[in-house]
Amino acid sequence: MATETTGAVSSCVGSDGSAIGMPQLCFEWFPNQIFWLVLTLVVIFLVLSRIALPRIAAVLAERSGTITNDIAAAEMLKNKAGEAEEAYNKALSDARAEAQNIVASAKADIQADLDVAIAKADAEIAAKAAESEKAIAEIRAGALASVEEVAKDTAAEIVSALGGKASTKDVSAAVAARMKG
Amino acid sequence: MAEEKGGLVFHPMDQFIIKPLFGDGPIGMFTVTNMTLWLALAAICVIGLLVIGTSRRAVIPGRAQSIAEMMYGFVYKMVEDVTGKDGIKYFPYIFTLFIFILFSNFLALIPMSFSPTSHIAVTAILGFGVFFTVTAIGFIKNGAGFLGLFWVSSAPLALRPVLALIEVISYFVRPVSHSIRLAGNVMAGHTVLKVFAGFAALTAVAPLSILGVVAIYGLEVLVSAIQAYVFTILTCVYLKDALHPSH
Repeated sequence: MATETTGAVSSCVGSDGSAIGMPQLCFEWFPNQIFWLVLTLVVIFLVLSRIALPRIAAVLAERSGTITNDIAAAEMLKNKAGEAEEAYNKALSDARAEAQNIVASAKADIQADLDVAIAKADAEIAAKAAESEKAIAEIRAGALASVEEVAKDTAAEIVSALGGKASTKDVSAAVAARMKG
Repeated sequence: MAEEKGGLVFHPMDQFIIKPLFGDGPIGMFTVTNMTLWLALAAICVIGLLVIGTSRRAVIPGRAQSIAEMMYGFVYKMVEDVTGKDGIKYFPYIFTLFIFILFSNFLALIPMSFSPTSHIAVTAILGFGVFFTVTAIGFIKNGAGFLGLFWVSSAPLALRPVLALIEVISYFVRPVSHSIRLAGNVMAGHTVLKVFAGFAALTAVAPLSILGVVAIYGLEVLVSAIQAYVFTILTCVYLKDALHPSH
């Protein structure tokens, strides 16, 4: 396919090294282009179908498997955590109820003790009060007797001082009558 | 396409010339060329990302492995969504196409590189490869029932022959559009980049030209990914038609 122009090795390239027409339509290059293209495609296809694509498929499958497993594990752990929380809450409410029971029984005990103590104290107070009243009554009786005596004496003295004479019996009667009134 | 224009020299198509990598001479079938180099680089990058990048098989992936897995998942989901469960066994073929086009496109964005996907010879092999494979799968899976793809049973009887003709034409145009779409996009983008770069020689428009190069480069990054995606999803759609030819 040599042309007259020097330096040109193809009918598609001019003597100055630039293309004549479209290099895409230079048919004398086609066998070469097709040969190398097919070779490249075959190499790429073989490498991809034998090595790369199965490997990527395996990696993707493994990853999706791992993710599925992890999600399952996470689900399980979440359930466990939920159970644990439930148990904790239950224990908490149990403890609270027990505490309330203990508080209530302690309160009842204290109340009972208190009641006994109050009753005892009341009884003691009542006894003391009765005793005191008795003592007061005695004192009052004593005082009344003393008052009567003092009044008789005083009356007898007053009568004698006024120059009268009064028998003890009259004086006593008069004082008694006065005191009654 | 050398175009002399007041000192400006445009050779936007020169970047697509295939040259022997070692020495000069005619290009035979097995000559190692610049295209061989960039195809090899694409293959090396694919192997680097998808084989070496995933060699640790980590459950918690590193950067390279994440990208490899993302691409795998992206194409896998595409195949599954478009073709259904029975299309999954063709996933390695489709993934090969996707990853090859993607890496070729992106490597072609390196300055001074060569873009194999801009060559119609490359994309035609890819497109017609898909076409023949899918047609073969259609006939093997469905036998003559595959021809039901062209016989629109939901249409009125009178319209069916007309529709069948249209369907047949569109079916045979598929590989052409499939391959030219990719090559055209990549070639156009690279050519425009080169033309903008050529204008940078003029001081007056150099800032504009460089801005244009940057903008078109950004667009080309998008186009590289989108064309790889489009090629792949169309392959999935054709495969779906072959697996489930009924309308």
